Amino acid sequence: MGLDSLVGGTIWDEYSNKVADLMNNPKNMGEITTEEAEEKGGKLIVADFGAESCGDAVRLYWLVNPNTDVIMDSKFKSFGCGTAIASSDTMAELCKFKTVQEAVKITNIDVEKAMRDTPDVPSVPPQKMHCSVMAYDVIKKAAAQYMNVDMESFEEEIIVCECARVSLSTLQEVIRLNDLTTVEQIADYTKAGAFCKSCIRPGGHEAKDIYLVDLLEEYEKEKMAKTADSLAQGGPVDFEQMTVVQKLKVVDKVIDDNIRQMLIMDGGDMEILDIKENGENIDIYIRYLGACNGCASADTGTLFAIENILKEKLSQNIRVLPI
Amino acid sequence: MKVYLDNNATTMVDPQVKVAMDPFFTEKYGNPNSLHAFAGETHPHIKTAMEKIYAGIQANRKDSVVITSCATESNNWVLKSIYFEYILTGRKNHIIISEVEHPSIMATARFIESMGCKVTYLPINSEGLIEAQSVRDSITSKTALVSVMWANNETGAIFPVQEIGEICAEHKVLFHTDAVQAVGKIPISVQEFNVDYLTFSAHKFHGPKGVGALYMKQGKELMPLLHGGSQMGGHRSGTLNVPGIVGMGKAMENAVDALDFEMPDIREMRDNFEDELLKIEDTFVVTPRNKRTANTILISFRGIEGESMLWDLNREGIAASTGSACASEDLEANSVMEAIGADEDLAHTAIRFSLSRYTTQEELDHTLAVVKKAVARLREISSSYSYAPEGHNSELTIGH
Repeated sequence: MGLDSLVGGTIWDEYSNKVADLMNNPKNMGEITTEEAEEKGGKLIVADFGAESCGDAVRLYWLVNPNTDVIMDSKFKSFGCGTAIASSDTMAELCKFKTVQEAVKITNIDVEKAMRDTPDVPSVPPQKMHCSVMAYDVIKKAAAQYMNVDMESFEEEIIVCECARVSLSTLQEVIRLNDLTTVEQIADYTKAGAFCKSCIRPGGHEAKDIYLVDLLEEYEKEKMAKTADSLAQGGPVDFEQMTVVQKLKVVDKVIDDNIRQMLIMDGGDMEILDIKENGENIDIYIRYLGACNGCASADTGTLFAIENILKEKLSQNIRVLPI
Repeated sequence: MKVYLDNNATTMVDPQVKVAMDPFFTEKYGNPNSLHAFAGETHPHIKTAMEKIYAGIQANRKDSVVITSCATESNNWVLKSIYFEYILTGRKNHIIISEVEHPSIMATARFIESMGCKVTYLPINSEGLIEAQSVRDSITSKTALVSVMWANNETGAIFPVQEIGEICAEHKVLFHTDAVQAVGKIPISVQEFNVDYLTFSAHKFHGPKGVGALYMKQGKELMPLLHGGSQMGGHRSGTLNVPGIVGMGKAMENAVDALDFEMPDIREMRDNFEDELLKIEDTFVVTPRNKRTANTILISFRGIEGESMLWDLNREGIAASTGSACASEDLEANSVMEAIGADEDLAHTAIRFSLSRYTTQEELDHTLAVVKKAVARLREISSSYSYAPEGHNSELTIGH
């Protein structure tokens, strides 16, 4: 939030001059016909991507030298907004004189960067970034057609955010390493979800297979399962990060394993009444049972022993409070 | 030449309205509810303005026309108060709206739906119209409210408000209509039609922005949305917007006067303009002319995405819209185009031109020339009209 988002924007003000110029006068707009291709001794590739019913569609024409795989000419036709037309034009330009194998490596980010007026200022507003993705996809389509392979074979990884081209494995790793819990944090760390926002959760501009909220949920479950496993095996656990229920379980286990036996030998016992998080402190309320109840050392030696064991095993912030 | 053809989004303030408002900024600025001479200076002007507003929709003196800050507030008020009074209390569990309501109804309905209210969304037919029968079919014994707009903001389609009002009266269901696009464009009588609540806004008929109103029939007053100092008879607290109310009064008076004189001229200009636009190949207009407000055209140019059309128009100084201005930051298809079941390839091609009594023939001639040029240029770029070799399996279009 803040001033900018309160006032909102007119998206056209955020277009770079290059985007505006290309929208007004696209340089590579046009067609290549079969006859022309034959005349020039090249192979004609015509690839379509998108659909008018979705608001964006592009047709890419390549004239490829079959001996060298070099794209001798590249033209486009596009149904779409200014960004779609400008990015299609830029994409067609970037393809020229590259081999098909090189062209496949052009991404939508290359296209967006090529349209910038100054290196640090994006050429289109975030919600328009997805228009450049179409330019990227149609190259893959054309290359697949030329090489007679499946379009998916060019994609080495699963891409979750197409606008920022962030892969599934990158996202999973960043979420884990930085212990991320919100989609805003993911955007800050990776830029995923910061553009057209389709990949954040279902219901956006485009339907996706994987959403950022799914990844966060997956990580959250993973953390919970890890704690539960660790508890079961008596392994090291991050006590402070646990929920109150988990804390209760783990405190109970430490008492069972290290303390209860000692109390029972003296004809006594104890129970946990409650656990409260009190600022930095974690207060564990207990009640003595049997012979411990009224024992002289219950508020001194025994209490210190219990507290020290819990502090050592779990957290220095634990305070044990008998009631 | 600058041409403003986006009058369904907002309008220019009538210069006479501006003159009427002017004294209430630096000369007569007293709070009309205070007890001193400064208040006494403003109070009679509020009363006169309110009388003009009542007259404009033919409200009875016993009814309440409460001034709000905008139509969005009025629409929120109706739905949220109905929720508090009928749904939350368990007396009723259901409301009915159309699927092409303004976002201020649609989003509020979705909000109260999330709080447990059942909502029926009435479909529009291929002409972009609601069928009154569908209201009858949807009413249950638990229906608290029907809310259907008087005229649609995108197509100008005039909905059968009279019939819907009768059906609601017959079933003893409350009836609200968002008349933002109707007031000042067609004669409105809340007496004649069985309307319990009616929303309108000054800036749609050459009044100032920031002044809306909600008409409430006598005996059907809603609980307030804004509690506070009991202005507006306790219905809507907040210091009265004196210049705004005076402006709305004057704007209402002028707009109602213009219905007999200027509106037929607007209609004639619109019709001629539309005839010329339709001479361009592959263009489609939604809703028959006689079922629309006189100033509105929603037209599709096949193969041209709406925003790119606006771009070319804007370069030549022409303001139009791809739909609701509230939606200009999101990128979804025009909801009306989807709802009428138009050819899917046209979903992103609709452009709305909306005229006003300040629109001139010269401006429309200029616009027509620019549109023709833009259509030629953008279809030249468009993949929809592009070459494909024989046997090429196109995936770009469905409809043709």
